[in-house]
Amino acid sequence: MSEAVEKRAAWAAELELVASSRDAAAFAKVFAHFAPRVKAFLMKSGADAAMAEECAQDVMATVWHKAGSFDASRASAATWIFTIARNRRIDMLRRERRPEPEDLSWGPEADPDQEDAMTMQQETERLSAAIASLPEKQRVLIERAYFGDLSHSEIAEATGLPLGTIKSRIRMALERLRHRMSQEGIRE
Amino acid sequence: MIKHHLNDELLMAYSAGTLPEAFSLVVATHVSLCDTCRARLEGFDAVGGAVLEIIEDEIDLSAGSLEATMARIAAMEQEAAIDTPRPAALRNALLPGPVREYVGGDLDAVQWRSVGGGVRQAILPTSERASVRLLHIPAGIAVPDHTHGGLELTLVLQGAFRDEHDRFGPGDVEIATQDVHHTPVAEPGPDCICLAATDAPLRFSGWLPRLAQPFVNI
Repeated sequence: MSEAVEKRAAWAAELELVASSRDAAAFAKVFAHFAPRVKAFLMKSGADAAMAEECAQDVMATVWHKAGSFDASRASAATWIFTIARNRRIDMLRRERRPEPEDLSWGPEADPDQEDAMTMQQETERLSAAIASLPEKQRVLIERAYFGDLSHSEIAEATGLPLGTIKSRIRMALERLRHRMSQEGIRE
Repeated sequence: MIKHHLNDELLMAYSAGTLPEAFSLVVATHVSLCDTCRARLEGFDAVGGAVLEIIEDEIDLSAGSLEATMARIAAMEQEAAIDTPRPAALRNALLPGPVREYVGGDLDAVQWRSVGGGVRQAILPTSERASVRLLHIPAGIAVPDHTHGGLELTLVLQGAFRDEHDRFGPGDVEIATQDVHHTPVAEPGPDCICLAATDAPLRFSGWLPRLAQPFVNI
């Protein structure tokens, strides 16, 4: 297992400690790594330094409160924190509501399988490495898309990404979840 | 079985958070019904995570940032966190969760208005960059022929419609751009209910009198 994958798995483990035992030391580690990134992300999305600091603190406070809904078999810590930062940005810069899909969560007693979680962290690492090795022009286009800098028609040029394997892993996790939900439905 | 899915650019724009609210509602609703697109969407979210991870510029936090965050956490301990809440999946609901949130209830709470020819609509409240409405088309009735001035997404929630190109059943989404000129007809069977978003005003060229358009907000 590569060092980068171990690191990803470690962030997931810290988030689980925050969720299960409100562990302030684990949270401080997550904070030290992600809060500066969230602040930079918000500034690249058009916020000034003061607003980005304020919102980064909001985002990290949400990470603390929502840590229980993080699912390591479907996303990495970075992915999950990105979605919170993105939602905060829509709220802050656009003052728009964001419609979200119906919730699909594992529920408190159904912990995702550790092996699935590890595979997901490996897939995420593979995707990150693939993005990092893209020609600079294409990588910059993708970054600009996620900083909210491209319209949805301009985004068409940034979509040719190697998402195949991570998509099928997520799909498998969703299938297991649906299966479990339908079994619970029968018991009701 | 869903046959017509969202395309990559819509999923990526929704994941990046740049899609107008009206289109986002159609994307969130389709994803609620379609695990294939949910997996694709979460794949694009993973790209967002990778972008967050590889941000190069070193931005310093304000002094005492962690302490300020801990104080913030303590202050909102009893309140709901500020993240966007996700609608719950309800077993017996007729409308998917994201649509219910905009209607303020299920299908019986929709405030329909007639637009002529037996067709009814309800415009849902979103930001003005694009608009989204529910359409109720009785079985066998043609939606007035219209041309598109921009992007239009039509998601079938109940029944089905057919146009010159294809058939669209429950969960299917039709992605139409300005070069599509079509006449959708609701199939026999249950009335067709669609969620339709557009970033340009629809221009009906069929039998709906043009004069009426300013009054019915089409």
